[in-house]
Amino acid sequence: MSKTFRIGGIHPHDNKISVNAAIENFPVMERAYISMSQHLGAPAEPVVAKGDKVKTGQLIAKANGFISANIHSSVSGTVNSIEMLPDLAGNLVQHVVVNVEGDEWMESIDRTPEINRVIKDSPQDIIAKIAECGVVGLGGAAFPTHIKLSPPPGKKAEFLLVNGAECEPYLTSDYRIMLENTEEILIGVKLMMSALGVKRAYLGIEENKPQAIKKMKEIASKGYQEIKIVSLKKRYPQGGEKQLIDAITGRQVPSMGLPIDVGVVVQNVGTALAVYEAVQKNKPLFEGVVTVTGKCMPEQRNFRMRVGTTFESMIFAVGGFPKDAEKLVSGGPMMGKAVSRIEAASVKSTSALLLLTEEETKRGEEANCIRCAKCVDACPMGLEPYLLNRLSRANRIEDLEANMVHDCIECGSCLYVCPADIPLLDTIRLSKTKVLKIIRSRPKK
Amino acid sequence: MTATIIFTIASLTVLGLVLALILYFTAQKFKVVEDPRIDDVETILPGANCGGCGFTGCRSFAEGCVNAESMDGLFCPVGGNDVMKRVADYLGRSVAEMVPQVAVVRCNGNCDSRPKSNNYDGYTSCAVMASLYAGDTDCRYGCLGQGDCELSCDFDAIKMNPRTGLPEVDADKCTACGACVKACPKMIIELRNKGPKGKRIFVSCINKDKGGVAKKACAVACIGCTKCQKVCAYDAITISSNLAYIDYNKCKLCRKCVVECPTNAIWEVNFPVRVPKKEVAEVEQH
Amino acid sequence: MKKLIVSPAPHLHGNESTKSLMRDVIIALVPSLLVSVYFFGFSAIKLALVGVATAVAVEYVIQRYIVKSKITVNDYSAALTGLLLSLNLPPNSPWWIMFIGSVVAIGIAKMTFGGVGQNLFNPALVGRVFLLVSFPVIMTDYSIPTSWFREGIDASSGATALSIVKEGLAKGLTMDQIFSENNFSYAQMLFSKIGGSVGEVSALALILGFVYLLIRRVIRPHIPLAIIGTVLLFSGIFWLINPQMYADPLFNVLTGGILIGSIFMATDYVTSPMSKKGMVLYGVGIGIITMLIRYWGAYPEGISFAILIMNATVPLINMYMKPAKFGKEVKHG
Repeated sequence: MSKTFRIGGIHPHDNKISVNAAIENFPVMERAYISMSQHLGAPAEPVVAKGDKVKTGQLIAKANGFISANIHSSVSGTVNSIEMLPDLAGNLVQHVVVNVEGDEWMESIDRTPEINRVIKDSPQDIIAKIAECGVVGLGGAAFPTHIKLSPPPGKKAEFLLVNGAECEPYLTSDYRIMLENTEEILIGVKLMMSALGVKRAYLGIEENKPQAIKKMKEIASKGYQEIKIVSLKKRYPQGGEKQLIDAITGRQVPSMGLPIDVGVVVQNVGTALAVYEAVQKNKPLFEGVVTVTGKCMPEQRNFRMRVGTTFESMIFAVGGFPKDAEKLVSGGPMMGKAVSRIEAASVKSTSALLLLTEEETKRGEEANCIRCAKCVDACPMGLEPYLLNRLSRANRIEDLEANMVHDCIECGSCLYVCPADIPLLDTIRLSKTKVLKIIRSRPKK
Repeated sequence: MTATIIFTIASLTVLGLVLALILYFTAQKFKVVEDPRIDDVETILPGANCGGCGFTGCRSFAEGCVNAESMDGLFCPVGGNDVMKRVADYLGRSVAEMVPQVAVVRCNGNCDSRPKSNNYDGYTSCAVMASLYAGDTDCRYGCLGQGDCELSCDFDAIKMNPRTGLPEVDADKCTACGACVKACPKMIIELRNKGPKGKRIFVSCINKDKGGVAKKACAVACIGCTKCQKVCAYDAITISSNLAYIDYNKCKLCRKCVVECPTNAIWEVNFPVRVPKKEVAEVEQH
Repeated sequence: MKKLIVSPAPHLHGNESTKSLMRDVIIALVPSLLVSVYFFGFSAIKLALVGVATAVAVEYVIQRYIVKSKITVNDYSAALTGLLLSLNLPPNSPWWIMFIGSVVAIGIAKMTFGGVGQNLFNPALVGRVFLLVSFPVIMTDYSIPTSWFREGIDASSGATALSIVKEGLAKGLTMDQIFSENNFSYAQMLFSKIGGSVGEVSALALILGFVYLLIRRVIRPHIPLAIIGTVLLFSGIFWLINPQMYADPLFNVLTGGILIGSIFMATDYVTSPMSKKGMVLYGVGIGIITMLIRYWGAYPEGISFAILIMNATVPLINMYMKPAKFGKEVKHG
């Protein structure tokens, strides 16, 4: 019996056209553009200078502040420059640009293919190693993992939930690692359980990935009994943090709360793999699996790719820019970011590059709201997007707060279903930012 | 018959009296003591409720005026010096005359000089666009062209020009209330002194990129070449992070910088049409 | 370099549009339309054509020449209003009644409020009620027209079942007497022939349309089920108290426009509540008001008035009946 969350949700076509493409190593590019702002929080502080020789996996930037993460070189070569370059949105971000010379890895990294099953580190050591290796959440927000694994004093985690739902259409990177690195993921989950001191973990997978569920269950039954594999209904946004917790544990995270408020920590399967590699193999997070897909592409592939690869080179690796492609999306089509500059480079949490045609993506002309209530039905947070949209346009901040605009998870379901093509989420996201700013500026009780 | 009439009159009188008493006591009990001058000051004010004064509306501004010790820092941009003088006279205070200001748009990258590098396809709002990315041209500072300023204006003074994609200010209608300054997420609009007979000179660009980058993104960008600074005899021009800025208090409107600017980023407004450069040179030689 | 499209997420959009939803509702009305053509022949076609053409034309003229806004006639909403109104008239109505009704429905009930999505009251119902109070004789003459392929078959039923019942009760007859005198049967009500407006000759055709709308997820079942449930319950209680004074529940549901009203009129997006809780309350309200009008009011049917009255409460219902919010019922810790 598959589980699911209780409120709202939509059923977009999943279009997982790259499911059968096994993960291949992406050729190392000539020059890597490594952003210093690959995670939520303060940008990292570069510790290398122009002209320095770096090896693959060498620390090139240190975490700067509490919420921040280390950054390691994804290639070996000479630092060409440290400069401000546009990210995918065109905003300037500090980048370390490395001219690639060969591919020499740090000696400390264990590159043998054997699976290291023995956990010998203490919880503190595990968290320290995760922090050292710059692991961040690979589910989208790129929150530094070591902070998430250290709950604030007074809060205790009961369960660890691992998100293998991959509810976004098109994406297959999590699916491929669940098939190809099954046991590594389970060991990663065990490491995180040990770090958190929890006895139970649940790994949720949407039922449109039966092979992954089967393989996970098979391996989990051999020595990973404390990790329960949960089959989830195919329904967007099943992989949303709050929705996943609701589906698996039946607990609902309170408004403005965090998962830890209901005793849960959620991590992505990709993060679990990164944790395994960091702790057991001493390998910092400098590469990840990226799905390069799109109906207009001649072929769809899953690559293991170094951080700092430009979107341009990804497109050319799969046969060049298709004529009818009009939009590039980094991430999934529901929550991913549109790329405005193809010379921008991938970051740790880049999970996909999606190419869409004008027909697939162009928004229709906005028409009058016919009050069909489809957005109300679709909203997984039980909000009323049509109302929030109207209030946002009138800038009625107090009413917006009373209608819980700050609970919006920006999943995009409302805009997806709207028959009148009203840019619901655009206006709601804007007012959500305003309301959150006001709420946070209030003195704490 | 007469009895009915008398009874009716009597009962209505009593009823009227009782209700009058109730009204009287409630009015006494819930009486709000308010300075009557506030009402009077409010009638002097223009009543636009635009918030340009920093108060929430005309009534609260009137309250502020009446309760304040002096008129310092209180100014109604819509009514201008006239209205403020009348308010001050009424309250028996003096008020310093403010120099009239006007909103200026510091971006002149139109569709030709600043070509689009991508197509925006979201909600028509500069704020939404600015929160999403740097903009649909290569200039990260320039006008996004979605018209938030036009929407914010209560006086119909700023309008998007569909040909250039840039907003244009109607100086006669502009009251310098500052609503557009707040509405613009790129902080392109600035309030500047209107100048004598509306003559003013300003740098119509806020691009802080290095000259080459700025020039590549927009043909009319300020490239921070310092030529204008050198030609200025009044120290009115400062250059910081590759961008020139003209201090309107120091500028003597000599127009030398306008000629000097290699990218035409410096604008002059309300000056007579210039005699072509060559002729000027010839005249000087003679 | 190609200029990419940049927009905020999401980058995909579902296939539904206002146009497709309205088209689905029109498709759901096709069975009823076909049945009515079978029974009333040319008259039904004539009414539908006049209704749709007038509605579309009025909307076009108003948008083009009066308010000068974007023309929205191609979203089918005006056509749907015209069609619905035509199905709500007596089969023998003259064409000009249909014309006036459409003009009122679109011109007054819809466009004066600002067009599609803005109206407070269901346009088709406003049109119908306008006609009902302006032309009471024509609007209650339910005789069956002679048509070119059906020659004056049993043109006897000049009134609807409910008005027969109401008159019968006024004469002091009991329910059994009324039923046997008029040969009412449920089979008749399900398939045909009972006096009524064009669209409600066959309950089965209406239910077919309902099922289509549910399968296509155009409407949710809450409103129709709440109305029908309330009518069943309300009339059931009175029927149990005195079966000779009050008609049985099934009779109440199958006659007098309850089906067409609850499936196609009350579920109109624009004039119905947004949340499921609100929808149930709205449906219950319509059911109760309908039965109050039927039992104690001047009109035998009443659902048109009930829906219009409840339309007026929708903004209030929307304000107080909020959908269940995520994360409210769970306590901290």
